[in-house]
Amino acid sequence: MTRIVLGPFNRVEGDLEVQLEVAAGLVQSAQVNSPLFRGFEPLLIGRDPADALVIVPRICGICSVAQSAAAAAALADLAGVTPPPNGRLALHLTQATENLADHLTHFYLFFLPDFCRPAYVDRSWHADVVARFAAQRGSSVGPWLQARARFFHLAGFLAGRWPHTLAIQPGGSTKATTAAERIRLLALLREFRSFLENRVFADRLEHFAALADADTLSAWAAGNPGDLALFLRLAGDLGLERIGAGAERFLSFGAYGLFPAGSCGGDLAVDPLDTGKIVEDVSHAWLAGEVPLAPAVGETLVAADKPAAYTWCKAPRYGGAVAETGALARQLIDGQPLLHDLVGRHGASVTARIVARLLEVARLLPVMESWAQALRPGEPFCLPAPLPDTGTAVGLVEAARGSLGHWLSVRRGRIERYQIIAPTTWNFSPRDATGRPGALEQALVGLPAGEGALPTVQHVVRSFDPCMVCTVH
Amino acid sequence: MKVLWLQSGGCGGCTQSLLCHEPRPLFDELRDAGIEFVWHPALSPESGEEALAVLEACADGSRAFDVLCIEGAMLRGPNGSGRFHRLAGRPLTEWVRQLAARASHVFAIGSCTAWGGFSANTPGNPLEACGLQYDVEEPGGLLGAAFRAGDGLPVVNLAGCPTHPGWIVDTLEKLACDGLTAADLDEFGRPLLYAEQLVHHGCPRNEFYEFKASAEKHSDLGCLMENLGCKGTQAHADCNTRPWNGAGSCLKGGYACIACTEPGFEAPGHAFQETPKLAGIPIGLPTDMPKAWFVALAALSKSATPKRVRDNAVEDHTVIRPSVRKGGK
Repeated sequence: MTRIVLGPFNRVEGDLEVQLEVAAGLVQSAQVNSPLFRGFEPLLIGRDPADALVIVPRICGICSVAQSAAAAAALADLAGVTPPPNGRLALHLTQATENLADHLTHFYLFFLPDFCRPAYVDRSWHADVVARFAAQRGSSVGPWLQARARFFHLAGFLAGRWPHTLAIQPGGSTKATTAAERIRLLALLREFRSFLENRVFADRLEHFAALADADTLSAWAAGNPGDLALFLRLAGDLGLERIGAGAERFLSFGAYGLFPAGSCGGDLAVDPLDTGKIVEDVSHAWLAGEVPLAPAVGETLVAADKPAAYTWCKAPRYGGAVAETGALARQLIDGQPLLHDLVGRHGASVTARIVARLLEVARLLPVMESWAQALRPGEPFCLPAPLPDTGTAVGLVEAARGSLGHWLSVRRGRIERYQIIAPTTWNFSPRDATGRPGALEQALVGLPAGEGALPTVQHVVRSFDPCMVCTVH
Repeated sequence: MKVLWLQSGGCGGCTQSLLCHEPRPLFDELRDAGIEFVWHPALSPESGEEALAVLEACADGSRAFDVLCIEGAMLRGPNGSGRFHRLAGRPLTEWVRQLAARASHVFAIGSCTAWGGFSANTPGNPLEACGLQYDVEEPGGLLGAAFRAGDGLPVVNLAGCPTHPGWIVDTLEKLACDGLTAADLDEFGRPLLYAEQLVHHGCPRNEFYEFKASAEKHSDLGCLMENLGCKGTQAHADCNTRPWNGAGSCLKGGYACIACTEPGFEAPGHAFQETPKLAGIPIGLPTDMPKAWFVALAALSKSATPKRVRDNAVEDHTVIRPSVRKGGK
């Protein structure tokens, strides 16, 4: 048995190390270490509750809007307020902008450069992949950055800027879109659709979104000149649809009133979401605590010398089960046929996770167009949301990377407790007190590793699109 | 010009913002200006051992680089151990000290890196956080007040939360093309190319400011200074003349400037979105205007406010349009 430490594990958001025990060229067990502690939860205690809207987006530079949305949802819950239709649409549009941009930033900048490695030089697709996806210089990288920057003009119009906006409030949006701006939003969405349909999908979004099973997907990819099809062909060659299965459950808090909340196991039968089943275990984190606690009564207390610990990440569990969250979980819980077929055949995989993200891009952009159409300049975007002095509240949203929850309690006008469970906290959780490994830790077992092995471990780790800065909030 | 980039106690948002650079894609823009990344945690192909080899070679002097960019606060805790952030088993603070000693130029990317971030502004500073060369607004920080990089300059503080992509790209290009001197920086080491302006300059709410026609609630069009916590008249940055994400700024987005380029912005001593007042007068007045003048001017301008401005200030859309005169009169 040899021990390998992969770190610094880059092209993820934030800091990550992965420790592998390897025998006969295969991973026997894995430990995922989040080596950076941010400590935002204690920093929020004692603050004015509305200050959370300034502080929590700064947990994360890549899912900042999702953090804002979760805090705003928790404060709206506390105030008992529902934003007016315009406010809801503006929030959906801002959140979906970040969500789609994150999916494609992951695809182009974080995930694909690994297939340019010399280990794959003898593969038929290698030269094409290097030409398009090499880090910082591939022919698709510049166009993606340009499309991304243009797409974020939506956030400029709707939220002032990205990341770190204060436009998202419990009562709606501080920014009321004007009639002229609404025309610009629609034009920006058409421009982004054009980028997607020319370079990413080389097809109509609606056509890609209608592909119903793995065989039609393979046939679609065979002659398609787009970037996604090139990935699908190399994924087929490497068998990436067969590797990377991890957790026993999938979890989604539901998004946009479009993708439902729920959880499902390997049989993909969906149960309604029950947040009462969520606890966080700290047995292997450098944090103090005896028993797993529900987030509404959770604590974050540093215990840096704890012997059994190996990470700053807590271990959330759902009804005792390890859960995977993200685009794949959202789409499975929505009953999306293509992903049901992919996961039904081989379980969760690198390919399924990438397809789920791109499918979400193809499904959401047309909905964004309808949201922008539905904005009614002149009607209210924000309602007053006076906060009570005392109370408890929950804000649940889906970030690009999965389920994000904020649990808040307020006493005498000040934050008394603030607990956050971020998507990658689920996916990259350490072992719990029963010794059961987290989702990634399970997904790595059995993969080739060590001297001369292909970078399969890299693909599986990055297939989750980890956000480590959120993980260790 | 070779740039080595490391991240620590921050959110990575300054890099995410940097990738929004326009109009040219970031990598094309930098490459043609002769600027390249030796390594960047979010953007470089090298991972694990390959990445470590690059960092070690830079740290021991065997691989030359020019600019060290650090993004995120320096975490010295717990108990001075630096264990809140380790890279390859060593505290990141050690790596930064070693690399800073080899760098010709050291840039603090973002307010966390410059001043220390939220922890440094929370009682007890639980992460024992600091900036590269500041503890909030006091010189010091990880590298100490006396630190000078190879170019003879202290740390260049690209403060902002997050930084605008243009602030970083323009500062790097200024350095690559003309060099950077002490005359290019303000008293806090911030590049004057963005810090010699105030956020107030070019604010789209200026007409409301002139007449002290104030917003009363979120989404109102009026000036945000009197009631909603805006510090645009005190914050050094060009946010309203250099657009964010094409057409935006905090003020255009309808919310207050929280002065995120200033040391200590994280703990203003009041709720962020409320303006503290004394006898009905905001305590945070423009920095270079005597208070009595401001009060007199405000009283005068309030009494002269046109109905259009007064009414529009408390609505989320224009309810009274500027009048149209016919016949050019």
